[in-house]
Amino acid sequence: MGINFKEVTGVHADALQLRSERTRILASNIANENTPGYQAKDMDFSASMAQLEATDEGGLSLLSDSDPLYRVPFHPTVDGNTVEIGVEQAAFSQNASDFQTSLTFINMKFKGLAKAINGQ
Amino acid sequence: MSFKDISQIAGSAMAAQTVRLNTVASNLANADSVSGNENDTYRARKPVFAAVMNDGGDGAGSKVQVLDVVESAEPLRKVYEPDNPVANAEGMVFYPNVNQVAEMTDMMSASRAFETNVEVLGRIRTMQQSLLKLGEM
Repeated sequence: MGINFKEVTGVHADALQLRSERTRILASNIANENTPGYQAKDMDFSASMAQLEATDEGGLSLLSDSDPLYRVPFHPTVDGNTVEIGVEQAAFSQNASDFQTSLTFINMKFKGLAKAINGQ
Repeated sequence: MSFKDISQIAGSAMAAQTVRLNTVASNLANADSVSGNENDTYRARKPVFAAVMNDGGDGAGSKVQVLDVVESAEPLRKVYEPDNPVANAEGMVFYPNVNQVAEMTDMMSASRAFETNVEVLGRIRTMQQSLLKLGEM
């Protein structure tokens, strides 16, 4: 009986993938803080997650199909830039913590497996 | 994993903000570089930022590029200084159109944006490191 790692890590492997994808989007928002006309983007995490869960295969091809959504700014700017740095920094930091959380869950699963293998 | 992309995005922003800081330094340094000829006078320089679209196909992550550095179209300051060696026939000299207060605020904005991107790079490094430690006991 072999161990299926996809089943062991469960939802967390997909979550980790989406989190790193979201990090990229948020990093580009922060990078374009001063670019005139740049529109801040973000992803709908639960919708992307549901889409990833719907197919057994998963994979990166699905991620690139889902269009990123545009953020609605609290204050309009003259140059058309919709990046609000505080919002982006908060989202980035939250996303990094969520990434660590998913990673911790996977780690705990692996530790449990190792314990089972060692018979402790 | 797209950590390389993220580093490149943050890196491009840092490079762009460095160009911006360079123009600020140049503008402030030349704030009093007078000239007797309107065409030869230093004019404030500003970088033009643009997002690099279509990066990697999905358009989700875009780097920053400096499209151009343009000279300000604000009118020059004309001052009567007949004792100035560069004064023209009417005794007038031209001062650059550098707004020092605006340059100072621009400098603060640029250095803060630079710091934010350094922070992003730091966070990505810790994320990547913890990913490498996956499965360690």
